[in-house]
Amino acid sequence: MNPPLTWYLLLAAALFAVGTYGLLTRRNAVAILLSIEIMANAVNVNLVAFSRFLNDLAGQVFTLFAISLTVAEVVVGLAIVVLLYRDRDDVRADLADRMRG
Amino acid sequence: MSVALFLAVAAVLLVASFSVVTGKDLVRSVLWLAVALAGTAVLFVLLQAEFIAAVQILLYTGGIITLMLFGIMLTARITGVRIVVGSAGRIRGALVAIGVFAVTAWAVLASPAAYVAREGPDPESTTRLIGASFLTEYLLAMEVLSLLLLAVMIGAIVLARRRDPS
Repeated sequence: MNPPLTWYLLLAAALFAVGTYGLLTRRNAVAILLSIEIMANAVNVNLVAFSRFLNDLAGQVFTLFAISLTVAEVVVGLAIVVLLYRDRDDVRADLADRMRG
Repeated sequence: MSVALFLAVAAVLLVASFSVVTGKDLVRSVLWLAVALAGTAVLFVLLQAEFIAAVQILLYTGGIITLMLFGIMLTARITGVRIVVGSAGRIRGALVAIGVFAVTAWAVLASPAAYVAREGPDPESTTRLIGASFLTEYLLAMEVLSLLLLAVMIGAIVLARRRDPS
């Protein structure tokens, strides 16, 4: 017997909620990026589960796009964090509240 | 068998994710994230998506984790002490997270789709089908994606480049 679709969806929802908690409570910008990773990962679980249970390959293709986009997001995010550190000597996200230097 | 494996992986995933968002040591958080991402790859194998599982390990567990470690090393003064990260507003954060989970779980359980959907017969290798659909149905999307990756590469270099002292 295989686990039903509902189990996968509930697991993904729980992981997404854990990621939300980290996103809201973390102060360090890198830690916030880690939380976003967990949330994106939960969404990928949903996509692949639906792809399997609905017999539609589009879910897997979408997951590949989502993975690539997440990697791109992390690259730009980390570049901004490095820039922030060079400018302020601190990567606490609360301190980055000015749009002008 | 499959159910037991799923439950074990689910437990590992939840523990690892929770450690990522609550741990005090940032480097350990990243390593827990590696555990969570590898566990997700096991879930993908359970769902017969072996190509996605391979990409997950290669890109996420290999690429992202390395990148994150570099990010931490570049943005913390390495003085031999642990890099401690704090959390704030825990109660409010937990309330929002529980609310998110409750609403999503309610929607999942109330949706008829979750009960109607049945696993089909085990597909043959999906890798060939994915490759074919990338070059036919999703060709434009793939080209746009490669443009985006190029833009991201250039953008990251421009952003993180050390400015001249002048």
